[in-house]
Amino acid sequence: MAAITPRQRVGWTTANFVVIALALFPVLWLVSLSFKTPTAILDPSVWPAQWTWGNYHGILNSSQFIRPLINSIGIGLISTLIAVVLASMAAYAIARLRFPGKNVLIGMALLIAMFPLIALVTPMFTIERSLGLFNTWPGLIIPYVAFGLPLGIYTLSAFFREIPWELEKAAKVDGATPFQAFIKVIAPLAAPGMVTTAILVFLACWNDFLLAISFTSTISSRTAPAAMQYFSGGSVFTVPTGPIAAAACFITIPIIIFVLFFQRRIVAGLTSGAVKG
Amino acid sequence: MSTTTQVAAGTAAEQRTKRGKPQLSEGARAERRLGFMLCAPAVIVMIAVTAYPVGYAIFLSLERYNLALPQDIKFIGFGNYGAVLSSPYWWHALLVTVIITAFSVAITLVLGMLLAMVLHRAVFGRGLVRTISLIPYGIVTVAAAYGWQYAWTPSQGYLSSAFNNSAPLTNQTEAIIIIIIAEIWKTTPFMGLLLLAGLSLVPEDLQKAAKVDGATGWQRFTKITLPLMKPAILVALLFRTLDSFRIFDNIYILTQGSNGTGSVSVLGYDNLFNAENLGIGSTISILIFICVAIIAFIFIKGFGTAAPGTDIGGR
Repeated sequence: MAAITPRQRVGWTTANFVVIALALFPVLWLVSLSFKTPTAILDPSVWPAQWTWGNYHGILNSSQFIRPLINSIGIGLISTLIAVVLASMAAYAIARLRFPGKNVLIGMALLIAMFPLIALVTPMFTIERSLGLFNTWPGLIIPYVAFGLPLGIYTLSAFFREIPWELEKAAKVDGATPFQAFIKVIAPLAAPGMVTTAILVFLACWNDFLLAISFTSTISSRTAPAAMQYFSGGSVFTVPTGPIAAAACFITIPIIIFVLFFQRRIVAGLTSGAVKG
Repeated sequence: MSTTTQVAAGTAAEQRTKRGKPQLSEGARAERRLGFMLCAPAVIVMIAVTAYPVGYAIFLSLERYNLALPQDIKFIGFGNYGAVLSSPYWWHALLVTVIITAFSVAITLVLGMLLAMVLHRAVFGRGLVRTISLIPYGIVTVAAAYGWQYAWTPSQGYLSSAFNNSAPLTNQTEAIIIIIIAEIWKTTPFMGLLLLAGLSLVPEDLQKAAKVDGATGWQRFTKITLPLMKPAILVALLFRTLDSFRIFDNIYILTQGSNGTGSVSVLGYDNLFNAENLGIGSTISILIFICVAIIAFIFIKGFGTAAPGTDIGGR
């Protein structure tokens, strides 16, 4: 690495700038749209001629956006909590305990991780309607938990392998049951892995669109990504470009900040399950 | 007091099994029980939400079942499969899906590899570049799709105006290209990160030794880096292929599947929510499931991709 020629330096530096520009430009375009006035929307320049907060004011004063936003946050947090708790239990068992059927469980999680969501939509739609779960929070939370679990089990068992398990033995020698050893000794050590897993599962729930538009019909449980297409413009003849762009930024910017803030953990989590083997 | 004896029994049992006697002591049985108990909730949820609906979908796919005609529900065997498999809509959607998957995965692999090399060799601000390249990963797919849609809308989008105020989303080929671009932009960072992790496993010494032996940069890449990264590449490819095959969000926002741009997922969705045909919708679901199973099988058996996670018990 030390022997790098000036020409190579220029090359890699250019490459860096290309990466940054390609990654940022589409996002900046969306941000610029969200600040454009309704007339400026019809001007294709990336820099708005007139800036306005109007689009944000509009969506933040409309139950058509606020309610789905609350749904997104609530459904996402509850699903994440349940998925991480259940996945930690299973991952602990996989990483530490001897019991038959372990490989069946891993195979099953793998199958579900690869599962085509659409294959679930038709039967789940019928089942949820007959159980009265259609268009309710649990109607989305249950599938989100199920699809968060494989991700959680992989990521967490990768993290659990790295934990110094002698501590658990020490706790057992001191008279702790396996369950106590799990709660008192291992769980605090596993916390970083659990945070990472929680982030990944929450991002997946927050991002989901297919299940959200399939299993909801009103804003009482529709999540933010699914709600955007129902926005209306100033009049029937106006396409609600500005409000949709503002909503897109509003649900994206916090996630981007979040991703950037936790990037080390996210990268570790994303790559732990897939590459180490 | 009783806990202590149990624990002691457990350790004794562990030692005995290590010596090769599969006798189950009380401790081993307790461990077993705990293992089952800890896994049970996760297993129950996963089965309830996937295996049961898939079983139910198989059942539905054998019925004529249209929500608009509730009095006409009837078992018709494989009639729906015949109807779907002889329908040009299914084969067209499958072709579109395969084209989108093949191009987006292949291009993402190349760009992801370049990104991984840039991140690996970053001369300055490695953290900054990695941070910014994570943005497309973090953005909500639907939000990004709206951005692309508006960018290509005539008289309001910068990309449309850059291309002579064209309306490419109304043209089949151009729309599919834009869908592929949106897909590539969104998924390249993920690919890059997976490959970067694989790249950092390639020992620097090997590279140096090859350099001393006079290997060019390209030779070092094809003879050392690629073979050593093969497992990481295959796993990343498997993930991306299956993910791309399920493509829905981008198409739904960009074209709603109009002008022959719908993927199999969009076709399944339309049959359920627009045609209200549960029988046909379920049949499409099952066929997609079979396609995904075939892809996974080819990757794991054909290319020898290590199924992710299978090493978990072993290490």
